[in-house]
Amino acid sequence: MEHRTKAVVMDAEAVSRALTRIAHEVVEANKGAERLAFVGILTRGAHVAARLAARIREIEGTDVPVGLLDISFYRDDVGVRLNPEVHRTDIPFSVDGRTIVLCDDVLYTGRTIRAAMDAIMDYGRPDCIQLAVLVDRGHRELPIRADYVGKNVPTSAKERVKARFAEEDGADAVDILEAAGEGE
Amino acid sequence: MLSCRHVIDIEDLTPEEIVHVLDTADAFAEVNERQIKKLPTLRGRTVINLFLEPSTRTRTSFEIAAKRLSADAVNFSASSSATVKGESLRDTAKTLSAMACDLVVVRHKYAGAPRILAESMDSCVVNGGDGMHQHPTQALLDLYTMRKALGRLEGLTVGVVGDISHSRVAGSLVPALRMVGATPVVVAPPTLLPSRPDVLGAEVAHDLDEVLPDLDVAYLLRVQMERAEGMPFPSVREYARLYGMNRARMDRLRDGAIVMHPGPMNRGVEISADVADSDRSLVLGQVESGVAVRMAIMYLLLGGEASGAAA
Repeated sequence: MEHRTKAVVMDAEAVSRALTRIAHEVVEANKGAERLAFVGILTRGAHVAARLAARIREIEGTDVPVGLLDISFYRDDVGVRLNPEVHRTDIPFSVDGRTIVLCDDVLYTGRTIRAAMDAIMDYGRPDCIQLAVLVDRGHRELPIRADYVGKNVPTSAKERVKARFAEEDGADAVDILEAAGEGE
Repeated sequence: MLSCRHVIDIEDLTPEEIVHVLDTADAFAEVNERQIKKLPTLRGRTVINLFLEPSTRTRTSFEIAAKRLSADAVNFSASSSATVKGESLRDTAKTLSAMACDLVVVRHKYAGAPRILAESMDSCVVNGGDGMHQHPTQALLDLYTMRKALGRLEGLTVGVVGDISHSRVAGSLVPALRMVGATPVVVAPPTLLPSRPDVLGAEVAHDLDEVLPDLDVAYLLRVQMERAEGMPFPSVREYARLYGMNRARMDRLRDGAIVMHPGPMNRGVEISADVADSDRSLVLGQVESGVAVRMAIMYLLLGGEASGAAA
């Protein structure tokens, strides 16, 4: 199904400000950045994790390790649909005893986050798992909430939310998309 | 996602699908390096290993792959199967179907048996080796091992050496190499080649020493005395002298070239002990790759239809 942009809800400046705020919140909530690690959920959560780590380096002068997590194998709907693009998970540090901040671009049903938590637990026993997302669009199907949210964007279930990042998409922005033909 | 429901011949996959299987296996290889080597991916699915011919590494590899994906794996061997009481393959297929299994891995001494099974049941069927025909997952794990060691497949020259006429490994590997843009060269005495070697679609050579300097991979096949009718060469010693990979021959391979063997090895016949244990030998790497590649095949066959991911 083709989609077209209905609205741009965050431009590059808004994305930058939101990530800077989240970085400060993470440091404040955890009383510093020691024992922290960011894990970005592939694909676009990786950019959120890398940006937050860079911000915290500027704020605290601390290098927070960053890992990448593919949750394809932990989805609860493999029998129905399968992720054709499987990526390689890369968590180059021990999660034992750390505070893991899972990072994703858009929080929707919560099923991706549930899968990500299952995956992290297979790597060890973190002290705590927190969740940072650029956008929370609602429509949760599981009792999951984010600890750090860039922007709450109420949406219709028919709409899609697309976060764009300069590294991958040429520019930073968050768009609301609707199916072509809807809303006319 | 694969376009086929069964993997009986390597040609059931397209070249793009072969690469997709190898890419997916890359992700599973990472799982096999973890302390907890378990994924919930195929929870609730049942995989039956129907091995009606002896096997250690293939059966174990499929079993480990299924269990690491959280599928329930059940093993049938020839001695515990009702086939020894005269049950036909079609009846075995119907029986397994009635047990609602999701995937059957079958090894059989007769070529074509997995195809008959696939036609008689709803489950996915994977050929775990049928007679002298094919062994497609072996070819996939070999390609995976080559790509991992050499960084590419396209443009490689791979010498498949030895008992070509009886080898199901060669039956899958030679077409698989062609499909991914590599050049297979079969090297064997005429008595160990099929009567019409041109149908292999590979260059044919009889002198191993002549082709050695051109090879990126020397792939040695086991001499299958149990399948040969009579002695296909004057003596094992002569075969080893003319076609066995020894230290002197290994040193004449290109820089970076690797030595592979599907196992089990006849040390001192097709491969000398020092070559088998050398750092250019990837025999154990092939076994290791087998689990990841078979996990990928199971995942892609049982994964359902592809569509967008919910967040």
